[in-house]
Amino acid sequence: MILIDKLTKRFGPFTAVNELSFQVAPGEVLGFLGPNGAGKSTTMKMVAGFLAPTSGTIAVFGHNVVDQPLKAKQMIGYLPEGAPSYGDMSTYDFLRFIGQVRKLNASDLANRLDAVVQQLSLQSVLHQPIDTLSKGFRRRVGLAQAILHDPKVLILDEPTDGLDPNQKHEVRRLIQNLSHDKIVIVSTHILEEVAAVCSRAIIISGGRLLADETPAALEARSRFHGAITLELAESAGAYPLLSRLPEVANSELSGPTQSRIVLFPKPGSNLFGSVNRMVHQHGWHVQEMHVERGQLDEVFRTITQGAAQ
Amino acid sequence: MNATLVIAKRELHSYFSTPLAYVFIVIFLMLTASFTFFLGGFFERGQADLSPFFNFHPWLYLFLVPALSMRLWAEERKSGTIELLMTLPVSLKSLVLGKYLAAWVFTGIALLLTFPIWITVNYLGAPDNGVIVTGYLGSWFMAGAYLAIGSCISAATKNQVIAFIITVVVCFLFVVSGFNIVLDWFTRWAPDSLVDAVAALSFMTHFQSIAKGVLDLRDVFYFLIVTLGWLLATAIVIDMKKAS
Repeated sequence: MILIDKLTKRFGPFTAVNELSFQVAPGEVLGFLGPNGAGKSTTMKMVAGFLAPTSGTIAVFGHNVVDQPLKAKQMIGYLPEGAPSYGDMSTYDFLRFIGQVRKLNASDLANRLDAVVQQLSLQSVLHQPIDTLSKGFRRRVGLAQAILHDPKVLILDEPTDGLDPNQKHEVRRLIQNLSHDKIVIVSTHILEEVAAVCSRAIIISGGRLLADETPAALEARSRFHGAITLELAESAGAYPLLSRLPEVANSELSGPTQSRIVLFPKPGSNLFGSVNRMVHQHGWHVQEMHVERGQLDEVFRTITQGAAQ
Repeated sequence: MNATLVIAKRELHSYFSTPLAYVFIVIFLMLTASFTFFLGGFFERGQADLSPFFNFHPWLYLFLVPALSMRLWAEERKSGTIELLMTLPVSLKSLVLGKYLAAWVFTGIALLLTFPIWITVNYLGAPDNGVIVTGYLGSWFMAGAYLAIGSCISAATKNQVIAFIITVVVCFLFVVSGFNIVLDWFTRWAPDSLVDAVAALSFMTHFQSIAKGVLDLRDVFYFLIVTLGWLLATAIVIDMKKAS
Protein backbone atom coordinates (compact mmCIF):
# COMPACT_ATOMS: atom_id res chain seq x y z
CA MET A 1 0.00 0.00 0.00
CA ILE A 2 1.29 3.45 -0.87
CA LEU A 3 -0.28 6.39 0.94
CA ILE A 4 0.45 9.84 -0.36
CA ASP A 5 -0.93 12.69 1.65
CA LYS A 6 -0.87 16.38 0.72
CA LEU A 7 2.45 15.95 -1.03
CA THR A 8 3.99 19.28 -2.02
CA LYS A 9 7.31 20.11 -3.67
CA ARG A 10 8.55 23.61 -4.31
CA PHE A 11 11.70 24.62 -6.17
CA GLY A 12 12.22 28.19 -5.02
CA PRO A 13 9.10 30.10 -5.97
CA PHE A 14 7.94 27.36 -8.35
CA THR A 15 5.49 24.78 -7.06
CA ALA A 16 6.04 21.55 -8.95
CA VAL A 17 3.66 19.38 -6.94
CA ASN A 18 0.77 20.90 -5.05
CA GLU A 19 -1.01 19.06 -2.21
CA LEU A 20 -1.26 15.80 -4.08
CA SER A 21 -3.07 12.99 -2.21
CA PHE A 22 -3.83 9.48 -3.40
CA GLN A 23 -3.44 5.82 -2.45
CA VAL A 24 -2.39 2.77 -4.42
CA ALA A 25 -3.16 -0.80 -3.36
CA PRO A 26 -1.31 -4.00 -4.37
CA GLY A 27 -2.52 -5.36 -7.70
CA GLU A 28 -3.11 -1.93 -9.15
CA VAL A 29 -1.28 -0.59 -12.17
CA LEU A 30 -1.51 3.14 -11.85
CA GLY A 31 -1.03 5.24 -14.97
CA PHE A 32 0.37 8.63 -14.21
CA LEU A 33 -0.63 11.10 -16.88
CA GLY A 34 -0.03 14.74 -17.47
CA PRO A 35 1.51 17.19 -19.88
CA ASN A 36 5.29 17.74 -19.77
CA GLY A 37 6.19 19.66 -16.63
CA ALA A 38 3.04 18.57 -14.83
CA GLY A 39 4.97 17.18 -11.88
CA LYS A 40 4.86 13.49 -12.81
CA SER A 41 8.59 12.88 -12.60
CA THR A 42 8.94 15.03 -9.50
CA THR A 43 6.24 13.01 -7.74
CA MET A 44 7.87 9.73 -8.75
CA LYS A 45 11.28 10.96 -7.61
CA MET A 46 9.80 11.76 -4.22
CA VAL A 47 8.13 8.36 -3.88
CA ALA A 48 11.40 6.67 -4.90
CA GLY A 49 13.22 8.68 -2.23
CA PHE A 50 15.45 10.76 -4.50
CA LEU A 51 13.87 14.12 -3.69
CA ALA A 52 12.64 15.14 -0.28
CA PRO A 53 9.11 16.58 -0.21
CA THR A 54 8.69 20.21 0.88
CA SER A 55 5.68 19.06 2.87
CA GLY A 56 3.27 16.15 3.04
CA THR A 57 3.98 12.46 3.60
CA ILE A 58 4.63 9.35 1.57
CA ALA A 59 4.30 5.93 3.20
CA VAL A 60 5.33 2.76 1.38
CA PHE A 61 3.86 -0.26 3.18
CA GLY A 62 3.96 1.68 6.41
CA HIS A 63 7.48 3.05 5.96
CA ASN A 64 7.70 6.80 5.72
CA VAL A 65 10.03 7.59 2.83
CA VAL A 66 11.63 10.51 4.68
CA ASP A 67 12.06 8.90 8.11
CA GLN A 68 12.88 5.35 7.05
CA PRO A 69 14.36 5.83 3.60
CA LEU A 70 16.35 2.59 3.49
CA LYS A 71 13.38 0.39 4.41
CA ALA A 72 11.15 2.11 1.88
CA LYS A 73 13.82 1.92 -0.83
CA GLN A 74 14.23 -1.83 -0.27
CA MET A 75 10.61 -2.35 -1.33
CA ILE A 76 10.83 -0.15 -4.38
CA GLY A 77 12.21 -0.84 -7.82
CA TYR A 78 12.70 2.38 -9.74
CA LEU A 79 13.40 3.11 -13.37
CA PRO A 80 14.42 6.76 -13.64
CA GLU A 81 13.52 8.73 -16.74
CA GLY A 82 15.88 7.83 -19.59
CA ALA A 83 17.03 4.63 -17.81
CA PRO A 84 20.48 5.84 -16.70
CA SER A 85 23.15 3.18 -16.12
CA TYR A 86 26.91 2.86 -16.03
CA GLY A 87 27.91 2.73 -19.68
CA ASP A 88 31.36 1.27 -19.11
CA MET A 89 29.97 -1.79 -17.34
CA SER A 90 28.63 -4.88 -19.04
CA THR A 91 24.96 -5.74 -18.54
CA TYR A 92 25.96 -8.64 -16.29
CA ASP A 93 28.36 -6.61 -14.13
CA PHE A 94 25.85 -3.80 -13.81
CA LEU A 95 23.04 -6.09 -12.67
CA ARG A 96 25.37 -7.89 -10.28
CA PHE A 97 26.41 -4.54 -8.82
CA ILE A 98 22.77 -3.56 -8.27
CA GLY A 99 22.07 -6.93 -6.64
CA GLN A 100 25.06 -6.61 -4.31
CA VAL A 101 24.11 -3.10 -3.27
CA ARG A 102 20.63 -4.44 -2.59
CA LYS A 103 22.26 -7.12 -0.41
CA LEU A 104 20.92 -10.16 -2.22
CA ASN A 105 22.93 -13.19 -1.11
CA ALA A 106 24.99 -15.02 -3.69
CA SER A 107 22.50 -17.79 -4.55
CA ASP A 108 19.46 -15.47 -4.61
CA LEU A 109 21.37 -13.09 -6.80
CA ALA A 110 22.31 -15.82 -9.25
CA ASN A 111 18.70 -17.04 -9.43
CA ARG A 112 17.20 -13.59 -9.82
CA LEU A 113 19.80 -12.64 -12.43
CA ASP A 114 18.85 -15.70 -14.48
CA ALA A 115 15.15 -14.97 -14.12
CA VAL A 116 15.44 -11.31 -15.02
CA VAL A 117 17.72 -11.96 -17.98
CA GLN A 118 15.12 -14.47 -19.22
CA GLN A 119 12.20 -12.13 -18.66
CA LEU A 120 13.79 -9.28 -20.57
CA SER A 121 15.61 -11.41 -23.16
CA LEU A 122 19.00 -9.96 -22.32
CA GLN A 123 21.01 -13.15 -23.01
CA SER A 124 22.55 -11.82 -26.22
CA VAL A 125 23.93 -8.63 -24.64
CA LEU A 126 24.89 -9.98 -21.23
CA HIS A 127 28.61 -9.38 -21.66
CA GLN A 128 28.53 -6.25 -23.79
CA PRO A 129 29.28 -2.82 -22.36
CA ILE A 130 25.98 -0.96 -21.86
CA ASP A 131 27.36 1.98 -23.87
CA THR A 132 27.32 -0.15 -27.00
CA LEU A 133 23.69 -1.26 -26.66
CA SER A 134 20.72 0.07 -28.61
CA LYS A 135 18.18 2.29 -26.90
CA GLY A 136 15.71 -0.58 -26.58
CA PHE A 137 18.26 -2.83 -24.86
CA ARG A 138 19.37 -0.05 -22.55
CA ARG A 139 15.79 0.51 -21.50
CA ARG A 140 15.45 -3.21 -20.84
CA VAL A 141 18.63 -3.22 -18.74
CA GLY A 142 17.06 -0.37 -16.75
CA LEU A 143 13.91 -2.41 -16.25
CA ALA A 144 15.95 -5.48 -15.28
CA GLN A 145 17.72 -3.40 -12.65
CA ALA A 146 14.36 -2.24 -11.28
CA ILE A 147 12.82 -5.70 -10.93
CA LEU A 148 15.99 -7.55 -9.90
CA HIS A 149 15.08 -7.75 -6.22
CA ASP A 150 11.45 -8.64 -6.99
CA PRO A 151 10.16 -5.47 -5.36
CA LYS A 152 6.64 -4.97 -4.06
CA VAL A 153 6.51 -1.54 -5.61
CA LEU A 154 7.62 -0.73 -9.11
CA ILE A 155 7.95 2.86 -10.25
CA LEU A 156 8.62 3.33 -13.94
CA ASP A 157 9.17 6.78 -15.36
CA GLU A 158 8.26 6.66 -19.06
CA PRO A 159 9.39 3.06 -19.57
CA THR A 160 8.42 2.93 -23.25
CA ASP A 161 9.65 6.35 -24.30
CA GLY A 162 11.74 6.07 -27.46
CA LEU A 163 11.08 2.37 -28.04
CA ASP A 164 9.80 0.92 -31.30
CA PRO A 165 6.29 -0.57 -31.41
CA ASN A 166 7.53 -4.14 -30.84
CA GLN A 167 9.59 -3.13 -27.85
CA LYS A 168 6.69 -1.11 -26.46
CA HIS A 169 4.49 -4.16 -26.75
CA GLU A 170 7.04 -6.28 -24.89
CA VAL A 171 7.43 -3.79 -22.08
CA ARG A 172 3.65 -3.58 -21.69
CA ARG A 173 3.37 -7.35 -21.58
CA LEU A 174 6.07 -7.44 -18.94
CA ILE A 175 4.23 -4.88 -16.82
CA GLN A 176 1.02 -6.86 -17.12
CA ASN A 177 2.75 -10.08 -16.08
CA LEU A 178 4.36 -8.42 -13.10
CA SER A 179 1.39 -6.69 -11.72
CA HIS A 180 -0.64 -9.39 -9.95
CA ASP A 181 0.42 -8.72 -6.40
CA LYS A 182 2.50 -5.61 -6.86
CA ILE A 183 1.97 -1.92 -7.01
CA VAL A 184 3.06 -0.54 -10.35
CA ILE A 185 3.17 3.17 -11.07
CA VAL A 186 3.87 4.05 -14.69
CA SER A 187 4.17 7.53 -16.07
CA THR A 188 3.58 8.10 -19.73
CA HIS A 189 2.10 10.48 -22.20
CA ILE A 190 1.14 7.76 -24.60
CA LEU A 191 -2.54 7.38 -23.89
CA GLU A 192 -3.10 4.06 -25.63
CA GLU A 193 -0.66 2.66 -23.11
CA VAL A 194 -2.99 3.59 -20.28
CA ALA A 195 -5.89 1.74 -21.84
CA ALA A 196 -3.57 -1.21 -22.55
CA VAL A 197 -1.93 -1.80 -19.15
CA CYS A 198 -3.39 0.37 -16.40
CA SER A 199 -6.20 -0.47 -14.04
CA ARG A 200 -6.39 3.11 -12.93
CA ALA A 201 -5.30 6.47 -14.27
CA ILE A 202 -4.40 9.70 -12.55
CA ILE A 203 -4.15 12.92 -14.50
CA ILE A 204 -2.14 15.76 -13.01
CA SER A 205 -1.34 19.17 -14.37
CA GLY A 206 0.41 22.07 -12.71
CA GLY A 207 1.15 19.73 -9.81
CA ARG A 208 -2.52 19.18 -9.00
CA LEU A 209 -4.62 16.07 -9.24
CA LEU A 210 -7.31 16.56 -11.88
CA ALA A 211 -8.74 13.09 -12.38
CA ASP A 212 -8.44 9.70 -10.71
CA GLU A 213 -10.48 7.02 -12.49
CA THR A 214 -10.34 3.78 -14.41
CA PRO A 215 -9.32 4.19 -18.05
CA ALA A 216 -12.86 3.17 -19.05
CA ALA A 217 -14.41 5.88 -16.89
CA LEU A 218 -12.03 8.41 -18.40
CA GLU A 219 -13.06 7.33 -21.88
CA ALA A 220 -16.69 7.77 -20.85
CA ARG A 221 -15.97 11.41 -20.12
CA SER A 222 -15.25 11.95 -23.78
CA ARG A 223 -17.88 13.69 -25.84
CA PHE A 224 -17.22 10.91 -28.33
CA HIS A 225 -18.27 8.23 -25.84
CA GLY A 226 -21.10 6.27 -27.48
CA ALA A 227 -20.93 8.40 -30.62
CA ILE A 228 -21.39 6.63 -33.95
CA THR A 229 -18.97 7.25 -36.76
CA LEU A 230 -19.98 6.11 -40.21
CA GLU A 231 -18.77 6.59 -43.71
CA LEU A 232 -21.19 5.94 -46.60
CA ALA A 233 -20.88 6.08 -50.34
CA GLU A 234 -23.83 8.49 -50.18
CA SER A 235 -22.61 10.55 -47.21
CA ALA A 236 -23.63 13.93 -48.61
CA GLY A 237 -27.26 12.96 -49.10
CA ALA A 238 -27.54 10.88 -45.95
CA TYR A 239 -26.17 13.45 -43.50
CA PRO A 240 -29.28 15.68 -43.28
CA LEU A 241 -31.53 12.64 -42.72
CA LEU A 242 -29.30 11.02 -40.09
CA SER A 243 -28.70 14.20 -38.16
CA ARG A 244 -32.48 14.68 -37.80
CA LEU A 245 -32.98 11.32 -36.03
CA PRO A 246 -34.70 11.91 -32.66
CA GLU A 247 -31.87 10.17 -30.73
CA VAL A 248 -29.20 12.49 -32.12
CA ALA A 249 -28.14 15.31 -29.82
CA ASN A 250 -25.53 16.73 -32.13
CA SER A 251 -23.74 15.82 -35.34
CA GLU A 252 -20.82 16.78 -37.46
CA LEU A 253 -18.94 15.92 -40.62
CA SER A 254 -15.27 15.15 -40.41
CA GLY A 255 -12.47 13.52 -42.29
CA PRO A 256 -10.38 14.91 -45.17
CA THR A 257 -13.29 15.03 -47.63
CA GLN A 258 -15.98 15.76 -45.06
CA SER A 259 -17.48 12.37 -45.84
CA ARG A 260 -17.32 10.92 -42.34
CA ILE A 261 -20.47 11.44 -40.29
CA VAL A 262 -20.22 11.61 -36.50
CA LEU A 263 -23.49 11.35 -34.59
CA PHE A 264 -23.55 12.16 -30.85
CA PRO A 265 -26.38 10.42 -28.98
CA LYS A 266 -28.78 11.91 -26.45
CA PRO A 267 -28.03 10.40 -23.02
CA GLY A 268 -29.64 7.00 -22.52
CA SER A 269 -30.87 6.59 -26.11
CA ASN A 270 -30.29 3.63 -28.41
CA LEU A 271 -28.84 5.48 -31.35
CA PHE A 272 -27.13 2.51 -32.93
CA GLY A 273 -30.45 0.70 -33.55
CA SER A 274 -32.12 3.59 -35.34
CA VAL A 275 -29.06 4.43 -37.43
CA ASN A 276 -28.83 0.80 -38.45
CA ARG A 277 -32.54 0.76 -39.47
CA MET A 278 -32.22 3.92 -41.50
CA VAL A 279 -29.18 2.59 -43.36
CA HIS A 280 -31.15 -0.55 -44.26
CA GLN A 281 -34.28 1.39 -45.33
CA HIS A 282 -32.33 3.51 -47.78
CA GLY A 283 -30.02 0.78 -48.94
CA TRP A 284 -26.92 2.95 -48.35
CA HIS A 285 -23.52 1.45 -48.95
CA VAL A 286 -21.67 1.38 -45.67
CA GLN A 287 -17.89 1.70 -45.91
CA GLU A 288 -17.27 2.03 -42.22
CA MET A 289 -19.39 2.19 -39.10
CA HIS A 290 -18.49 1.90 -35.45
CA VAL A 291 -19.43 3.01 -31.96
CA GLU A 292 -16.75 5.13 -30.31
CA ARG A 293 -15.56 4.15 -26.85
CA GLY A 294 -14.36 7.65 -26.27
CA GLN A 295 -11.10 9.33 -27.15
CA LEU A 296 -8.63 9.46 -24.29
CA ASP A 297 -6.48 12.13 -25.87
CA GLU A 298 -9.50 14.39 -26.22
CA VAL A 299 -10.40 13.81 -22.53
CA PHE A 300 -6.78 14.48 -21.62
CA ARG A 301 -6.81 17.77 -23.52
CA THR A 302 -10.13 18.87 -22.05
CA ILE A 303 -9.02 18.10 -18.50
CA THR A 304 -5.52 19.52 -18.64
CA GLN A 305 -6.30 22.59 -20.73
CA GLY A 306 -9.47 23.33 -18.79
CA ALA A 307 -7.36 23.42 -15.64
CA ALA A 308 -4.80 25.75 -17.20
CA GLN A 309 -7.41 28.37 -18.03
CA MET B 1 29.56 -7.32 1.41
CA ASN B 2 29.31 -3.92 2.98
CA ALA B 3 27.55 -1.37 0.74
CA THR B 4 30.45 1.09 0.98
CA LEU B 5 32.82 -1.58 -0.30
CA VAL B 6 30.46 -2.61 -3.13
CA ILE B 7 30.32 1.01 -4.28
CA ALA B 8 34.09 1.40 -3.95
CA LYS B 9 34.76 -1.81 -5.86
CA ARG B 10 32.53 -0.79 -8.76
CA GLU B 11 34.10 2.65 -8.88
CA LEU B 12 37.66 1.31 -8.84
CA HIS B 13 36.76 -1.23 -11.49
CA SER B 14 35.42 1.54 -13.70
CA TYR B 15 38.74 3.41 -13.49
CA PHE B 16 40.50 0.43 -14.99
CA SER B 17 37.85 -0.30 -17.61
CA THR B 18 38.55 3.07 -19.22
CA PRO B 19 41.91 4.53 -20.31
CA LEU B 20 41.70 6.95 -17.36
CA ALA B 21 43.60 4.73 -14.93
CA TYR B 22 46.42 3.93 -17.32
CA VAL B 23 46.87 7.49 -18.56
CA PHE B 24 46.89 8.77 -15.00
CA ILE B 25 49.40 6.24 -13.76
CA VAL B 26 51.76 6.66 -16.71
CA ILE B 27 51.74 10.46 -16.45
CA PHE B 28 52.15 10.29 -12.69
CA LEU B 29 55.16 7.99 -12.94
CA MET B 30 56.78 10.03 -15.69
CA LEU B 31 56.34 13.28 -13.80
CA THR B 32 57.55 11.93 -10.46
CA ALA B 33 60.63 10.50 -12.15
CA SER B 34 61.51 13.64 -14.07
CA PHE B 35 60.93 15.90 -11.07
CA THR B 36 63.03 13.70 -8.84
CA PHE B 37 65.96 13.25 -11.18
CA PHE B 38 66.09 16.57 -13.06
CA LEU B 39 64.54 19.24 -10.83
CA GLY B 40 65.23 17.53 -7.53
CA GLY B 41 68.87 16.73 -8.32
CA PHE B 42 68.55 13.21 -6.97
CA PHE B 43 72.05 12.16 -7.99
CA GLU B 44 73.84 15.48 -7.53
CA ARG B 45 72.78 15.74 -3.89
CA GLY B 46 74.75 12.63 -3.06
CA GLN B 47 72.37 11.70 -0.26
CA ALA B 48 70.55 8.40 0.05
CA ASP B 49 67.06 9.65 0.75
CA LEU B 50 63.86 10.36 -1.19
CA SER B 51 63.24 13.98 -0.26
CA PRO B 52 63.76 15.17 -3.86
CA PHE B 53 60.97 12.71 -4.71
CA PHE B 54 58.50 13.68 -1.97
CA ASN B 55 59.10 17.43 -2.11
CA PHE B 56 57.35 17.71 -5.45
CA HIS B 57 54.28 15.74 -4.47
CA PRO B 58 52.20 18.72 -3.28
CA TRP B 59 52.73 20.39 -6.68
CA LEU B 60 52.16 17.24 -8.65
CA TYR B 61 48.94 16.47 -6.82
CA LEU B 62 47.78 20.02 -7.40
CA PHE B 63 47.07 19.15 -11.05
CA LEU B 64 46.80 15.38 -11.10
CA VAL B 65 44.40 14.78 -8.23
CA PRO B 66 41.75 17.26 -9.48
CA ALA B 67 41.87 15.43 -12.81
CA LEU B 68 40.93 12.30 -10.91
CA SER B 69 38.38 13.85 -8.58
CA MET B 70 36.57 16.03 -11.10
CA ARG B 71 34.49 13.14 -12.38
CA LEU B 72 33.57 11.69 -8.98
CA TRP B 73 30.13 13.28 -8.73
CA ALA B 74 29.89 15.59 -11.74
CA GLU B 75 29.75 12.58 -14.02
CA GLU B 76 27.03 10.88 -11.98
CA ARG B 77 24.94 14.01 -12.09
CA LYS B 78 25.50 14.57 -15.78
CA SER B 79 24.57 11.02 -16.76
CA GLY B 80 21.67 10.76 -14.32
CA THR B 81 23.10 7.71 -12.55
CA ILE B 82 23.02 9.72 -9.33
CA GLU B 83 19.27 9.17 -9.35
CA LEU B 84 19.82 5.46 -9.65
CA LEU B 85 22.43 5.40 -6.87
CA MET B 86 20.39 7.47 -4.47
CA THR B 87 17.24 5.41 -4.85
CA LEU B 88 19.11 2.23 -3.92
CA PRO B 89 18.85 1.27 -0.26
CA VAL B 90 22.25 2.76 0.62
CA SER B 91 22.98 5.66 2.92
CA LEU B 92 24.47 8.84 1.54
CA LYS B 93 27.42 8.23 3.85
CA SER B 94 28.19 4.92 2.14
CA LEU B 95 27.97 6.53 -1.28
CA VAL B 96 30.28 9.43 -0.43
CA LEU B 97 32.76 7.18 1.37
CA GLY B 98 32.63 4.41 -1.21
CA LYS B 99 33.37 6.67 -4.13
CA TYR B 100 36.04 8.50 -2.18
CA LEU B 101 37.72 5.27 -1.06
CA ALA B 102 37.96 4.05 -4.63
CA ALA B 103 39.75 7.23 -5.70
CA TRP B 104 41.99 7.14 -2.65
CA VAL B 105 42.97 3.51 -3.14
CA PHE B 106 43.67 4.36 -6.76
CA THR B 107 46.13 7.11 -5.78
CA GLY B 108 47.64 4.57 -3.39
CA ILE B 109 48.18 2.18 -6.29
CA ALA B 110 49.79 4.93 -8.37
CA LEU B 111 52.02 5.79 -5.43
CA LEU B 112 53.05 2.16 -4.90
CA LEU B 113 54.03 1.90 -8.53
CA THR B 114 56.82 4.42 -7.88
CA PHE B 115 58.68 1.59 -6.10
CA PRO B 116 61.57 1.56 -8.63
CA ILE B 117 62.71 4.85 -7.11
CA TRP B 118 62.81 3.19 -3.72
CA ILE B 119 64.77 0.26 -5.17
CA THR B 120 67.17 2.70 -6.84
CA VAL B 121 67.92 4.59 -3.65
CA ASN B 122 68.45 1.35 -1.76
CA TYR B 123 70.76 0.08 -4.47
CA LEU B 124 72.84 3.26 -4.46
CA GLY B 125 73.11 3.76 -0.74
CA ALA B 126 71.69 2.92 2.64
CA PRO B 127 68.68 5.19 3.17
CA ASP B 128 66.55 5.23 6.31
CA ASN B 129 63.64 3.12 5.09
CA GLY B 130 61.51 4.15 8.06
CA VAL B 131 61.65 7.73 6.81
CA ILE B 132 60.70 6.58 3.33
CA VAL B 133 57.69 4.61 4.58
CA THR B 134 56.58 7.63 6.60
CA GLY B 135 56.99 9.77 3.50
CA TYR B 136 54.84 7.45 1.43
CA LEU B 137 52.13 7.38 4.11
CA GLY B 138 52.20 11.17 4.44
CA SER B 139 51.99 11.57 0.69
CA TRP B 140 49.02 9.20 0.55
CA PHE B 141 47.22 11.05 3.33
CA MET B 142 47.86 14.32 1.56
CA ALA B 143 46.49 12.90 -1.70
CA GLY B 144 43.41 11.91 0.33
CA ALA B 145 42.92 15.48 1.49
CA TYR B 146 43.22 16.79 -2.09
CA LEU B 147 40.69 14.17 -3.19
CA ALA B 148 38.20 15.12 -0.49
CA ILE B 149 38.33 18.75 -1.62
CA GLY B 150 37.86 17.60 -5.21
CA SER B 151 34.97 15.34 -4.23
CA CYS B 152 33.07 18.23 -2.69
CA ILE B 153 33.63 20.54 -5.64
CA SER B 154 32.74 17.81 -8.09
CA ALA B 155 29.45 17.38 -6.24
CA ALA B 156 28.62 21.03 -6.75
CA THR B 157 28.68 21.01 -10.56
CA LYS B 158 27.70 18.89 -13.54
CA ASN B 159 30.62 20.25 -15.51
CA GLN B 160 33.88 18.37 -15.05
CA VAL B 161 36.07 21.16 -16.44
CA ILE B 162 34.66 23.64 -13.93
CA ALA B 163 35.15 21.07 -11.20
CA PHE B 164 38.78 20.64 -12.25
CA ILE B 165 39.61 24.35 -12.33
CA ILE B 166 37.93 25.23 -9.04
CA THR B 167 39.54 22.24 -7.34
CA VAL B 168 42.99 23.33 -8.55
CA VAL B 169 42.39 26.84 -7.21
CA VAL B 170 41.14 25.68 -3.81
CA CYS B 171 43.95 23.15 -3.45
CA PHE B 172 46.44 25.82 -4.50
CA LEU B 173 45.19 28.02 -1.65
CA PHE B 174 45.68 25.11 0.76
CA VAL B 175 49.24 24.63 -0.50
CA VAL B 176 50.43 28.24 -0.56
CA SER B 177 48.82 29.33 2.71
CA GLY B 178 52.03 28.27 4.45
CA PHE B 179 54.31 30.33 2.22
CA ASN B 180 55.89 33.54 3.39
CA ILE B 181 54.49 35.56 0.48
CA VAL B 182 50.99 34.80 1.66
CA LEU B 183 51.75 35.04 5.35
CA ASP B 184 53.49 38.44 4.93
CA TRP B 185 50.32 39.82 3.47
CA PHE B 186 48.42 38.65 6.54
CA THR B 187 50.96 39.87 9.09
CA ARG B 188 50.42 43.44 7.93
CA TRP B 189 46.96 43.64 9.39
CA ALA B 190 45.93 40.38 11.04
CA PRO B 191 46.57 39.33 14.63
CA ASP B 192 49.27 36.70 15.15
CA SER B 193 46.73 34.02 15.99
CA LEU B 194 45.11 34.39 12.56
CA VAL B 195 48.48 34.28 10.81
CA ASP B 196 49.31 31.08 12.69
CA ALA B 197 45.92 29.64 11.81
CA VAL B 198 46.46 30.36 8.12
CA ALA B 199 49.95 28.87 8.25
CA ALA B 200 48.60 25.81 10.05
CA LEU B 201 46.08 25.27 7.25
CA SER B 202 48.79 24.63 4.70
CA PHE B 203 49.32 21.17 3.27
CA MET B 204 53.00 22.08 2.93
CA THR B 205 53.66 22.68 6.60
CA HIS B 206 52.17 19.35 7.59
CA PHE B 207 53.52 17.35 4.72
CA GLN B 208 57.11 18.56 5.02
CA SER B 209 57.53 17.30 8.53
CA ILE B 210 56.03 13.93 7.62
CA ALA B 211 58.25 13.72 4.53
CA LYS B 212 61.29 14.30 6.74
CA GLY B 213 60.30 11.21 8.66
CA VAL B 214 58.76 12.98 11.65
CA LEU B 215 55.46 11.27 12.15
CA ASP B 216 53.70 13.75 14.41
CA LEU B 217 50.17 12.67 15.26
CA ARG B 218 49.03 16.27 14.86
CA ASP B 219 49.99 16.22 11.19
CA VAL B 220 48.16 12.94 10.63
CA PHE B 221 45.12 14.35 12.42
CA TYR B 222 45.32 17.45 10.30
CA PHE B 223 44.97 15.49 7.06
CA LEU B 224 42.26 13.27 8.56
CA ILE B 225 40.23 16.25 9.71
CA VAL B 226 40.59 18.11 6.42
CA THR B 227 39.50 14.93 4.61
CA LEU B 228 36.53 14.21 6.85
CA GLY B 229 35.45 17.85 6.82
CA TRP B 230 35.41 18.02 3.04
CA LEU B 231 33.65 14.65 2.78
CA LEU B 232 30.97 15.89 5.14
CA ALA B 233 30.66 18.97 2.96
CA THR B 234 30.36 16.64 -0.05
CA ALA B 235 27.36 14.92 1.52
CA ILE B 236 25.72 18.25 2.32
CA VAL B 237 26.30 19.59 -1.19
CA ILE B 238 24.90 16.42 -2.79
CA ASP B 239 21.82 16.60 -0.64
CA MET B 240 21.28 20.24 -1.55
CA LYS B 241 22.03 20.07 -5.24
CA LYS B 242 20.89 16.63 -6.34
CA ALA B 243 17.66 17.92 -7.82
CA SER B 244 19.15 20.57 -10.07
